Amino acid sequence: MLELRQVSRRVSGQVHLSETSLQLQPGTLSVLLGRTLSGKTSLLRLMAGLEKPSSGQVLFNGKDVTGQPVQQRRVAMVYQQFINYPGWTVRQNIQSPLKVQRRPQLEIEQETQRVAQLLRLEPLLDRKPLELSGGQQQRVALARALAKKADLVLLDEPLANLDYKLREELRAELPKLFAGTGAIIVYATTEPMEALALSGMTATLSEGRITQFGPTLDLYRRPHDLITAKTFSDPPLNTIGVHDANWQGAPRGASTLAFRPHHLTPGMGSGSALAFNVSVISTEITGSESFIHVARGADRWVMLAHGIHVYPSGEQLQVHVEPAHLMAFDALGVSLDPSLRRAA
Amino acid sequence: MKPVNQKAWFLVLPVLLLVAISAVIPLMTVVNYSVQDTFGNNQFFWAGTSWYEKVLHSERFWNALLRDLMFSAIILAIEIPLGVIVALAMPRKGWGVAVCLVLMALPLLIPWNVVGTIWQVFSREDIGLLGGALKGMGVDYNAVQDPVDAWVTLIVMDVWHWTSLVTLLAYAGLVSIPDAYYQAARIDGASGWSVFRFIQLPKMARVLTIAVLLRFMDSFMIFAEPFVVTGGGPGNTTTFMSIDLENLRASNELGQGAAMSLIYFLIILLFSWIFYAVMTREDAPRPDKAPDKTGGAP
Repeated sequence: MLELRQVSRRVSGQVHLSETSLQLQPGTLSVLLGRTLSGKTSLLRLMAGLEKPSSGQVLFNGKDVTGQPVQQRRVAMVYQQFINYPGWTVRQNIQSPLKVQRRPQLEIEQETQRVAQLLRLEPLLDRKPLELSGGQQQRVALARALAKKADLVLLDEPLANLDYKLREELRAELPKLFAGTGAIIVYATTEPMEALALSGMTATLSEGRITQFGPTLDLYRRPHDLITAKTFSDPPLNTIGVHDANWQGAPRGASTLAFRPHHLTPGMGSGSALAFNVSVISTEITGSESFIHVARGADRWVMLAHGIHVYPSGEQLQVHVEPAHLMAFDALGVSLDPSLRRAA
Repeated sequence: MKPVNQKAWFLVLPVLLLVAISAVIPLMTVVNYSVQDTFGNNQFFWAGTSWYEKVLHSERFWNALLRDLMFSAIILAIEIPLGVIVALAMPRKGWGVAVCLVLMALPLLIPWNVVGTIWQVFSREDIGLLGGALKGMGVDYNAVQDPVDAWVTLIVMDVWHWTSLVTLLAYAGLVSIPDAYYQAARIDGASGWSVFRFIQLPKMARVLTIAVLLRFMDSFMIFAEPFVVTGGGPGNTTTFMSIDLENLRASNELGQGAAMSLIYFLIILLFSWIFYAVMTREDAPRPDKAPDKTGGAP
């Protein structure tokens, strides 16, 4: 088990990570979700031991490893850039961590074969990384991490530089690759959809702070606060002040109401639905979905609709949200979800 | 059929003119001289390949060629490693970067004839700082009279003048390596030497190819430094091909000079081509580069 005990990191007066505690279990995959500069990479580097925390402790299986240099820990890392030894063949790259560990030759051969097969690199073993496509280069980097049999595998936006199709493909493979290795997998990403697709656990980060950590779906369905809800939403979460909404059912103390773009629908809806008059700003069409950007007073919302819908900009539209899909937050941004209140 | 518009030819005319004036006409003039004999008064006599035969059979040509090759080999052997070492020692962040870059660029900004004059004065034992200091220390140094001293002076001059170029190219290669490479190397527990050997050097290969090519061509064509400092002497120990050409021109041996400069030109062209072909062979993209999908979904 990897445990971060109140670790923080400041660099020349700037807070990269405020005091954070986190426990990660072996054999689990945890996603760090947050925007660029939210502290994901700082956290990964602290976990790896590439950097020392300004305060707090890092424990591995109960043992304090805070000051231990990275090469003495069993850590593997895969980056957004495709990092392989440029002068070595794919085979030599995969074998490099095993050779450093001085494993017997036979084991090295077998392990190379196994990992290459798993990542479908067998036909490419004698090529050099620069002769491969981006997707293949990242497979080699993953193969190196896998061959290393590390206790802690850190993946820092590993799919961000790949094109859409390859990203989907490799993302589907990733959890299977490391399943059964017993390693702690940490996956940093800026994309909420990736967190959902990978499932497992998720920690949302904002401004150097973990806002919430738990099973991914829990975080998505019942965020503890507005920041978590906003971080875990793509397209952006729609919000409205409770006074503007004019909703009788609002819980006491509510200040902000929020709802996801796909819960905003054209038309009047049922009797209890909240209806608004909005004007269309623009429409983006991806093919299977349409994003309709609308304005209501000073609020800017996104409406996500399946299929192709084209609304001329400036058109007045009646839209609605069902009360069941509304999330209420108090003035401090804390969720007023009754199920959470009971839990607390 | 649609009539073909020929007006586009006018658009390439300026380039054709430029190439003609700057390259084709001078080259053809030299070719013209190399196959004829002249005694002035615009009287020319057909000489065939006799000038070429004379050049290729003269010992002085082969000696000069050998000196050129030796000089280039020494220059490359010193400047490439030294340039890389200096680049590795330069800071990658902070205010030191700008200071180092400007310092490195300074020698490159000095015109060749000024460099020659600086070193000629610098190495004189009566008024020069270097010559005077060496004499004061009891070192018997004279670039004009001692062949070894003359060579050492020329090599030191070139190293001083041009190592910066290698440094700047190598530095550009170094700073383009993403930080993640160094992190990954730390995670693997790689030593400083391994980082250099397996990450920095392969990543610098491309710019170093250019550095070798540029330094080879330039040092092979060396002229200004020996012309100003040693005048090709003592004896003819620093008479490189370019100096020899100048001597031929000075003694009005136009036919032989033209033939020699064409041979010189072809040698440089050949070497550059060989260098380029050998050094770019490694990282040329393979025609059988595999497609992105490595066998479809699992």
